[in-house]
Amino acid sequence: MKTPLSSILLVLGASFIGSFGATFLKGGADRLERNFKSLLTNWRLLAGIVTYLASFVVYTAGIRNGELTVLYPMVSLGYVWTLLWSRIFFKEALTQSKFVGLGMILAGILVLNLGNR
Amino acid sequence: MRSATIERPGTSPLSQPPAELGTSKRNLKKSLTMVFGCTVLGAAAQILIKTGLKLLPPHAGLFELILAGLMNWQIMLGLCLYGGSTALLVLALRYGELSMLYPVIALTYVWVACLSLFFFHESINIYKACGLILIVGGVCILGLGQPKRPQHKEPM
Repeated sequence: MKTPLSSILLVLGASFIGSFGATFLKGGADRLERNFKSLLTNWRLLAGIVTYLASFVVYTAGIRNGELTVLYPMVSLGYVWTLLWSRIFFKEALTQSKFVGLGMILAGILVLNLGNR
Repeated sequence: MRSATIERPGTSPLSQPPAELGTSKRNLKKSLTMVFGCTVLGAAAQILIKTGLKLLPPHAGLFELILAGLMNWQIMLGLCLYGGSTALLVLALRYGELSMLYPVIALTYVWVACLSLFFFHESINIYKACGLILIVGGVCILGLGQPKRPQHKEPM
């Protein structure tokens, strides 16, 4: 089975959208309050959930056609975007251990999917 | 989750993250445990949804497909578990850095691979084993390599 370009673009798009979901959730998590009303007015939290759902829909559309061994690892690019956003929006330190750890995880996901061929 | 100041009823709104939500060792452990739970829930959700998707009619229209999905308990339970997993992630993100915690979600791959052995009778090979070891190693490095000095937090 060949993987169509449309599927690749959809999955890459889903990883990009999903990384914003994580970023919004972090912004919302930092502003969590212990009452129900504040959960509903926490726009970052809601934006995070909506973005996650959108990413899920795009991802599902993407993996309907094409090779999953090609498409699955592409989702993990979202980790790289998220690293970028956490630096930009939350001024988190990008330490050596984060790069090495993430590098190993990405390599692991790639190798893992080779095993599914 | 029994932190004295946060759990006490009637405390002031936590609109700004309290000082104790910094990168202390205790919070690191707490947030890592929560993300760990989040990955287990996420893996169970994936297995359920995959099982459910296989039961959907293969040549149905979009509307029919959505309707069949809504009637499928595996897909619905899977989505609920995804919801729970996301809620846990939000709680975890409160106690730790996004750049450290988010890649830990890759542990989901490890659980999915293990669960697939049992539920879908998938085989394990040298690639899969190496991949899983790399992921676990990466997560360990992320968790252990925490900066010594507390980080200054800037609102989004």
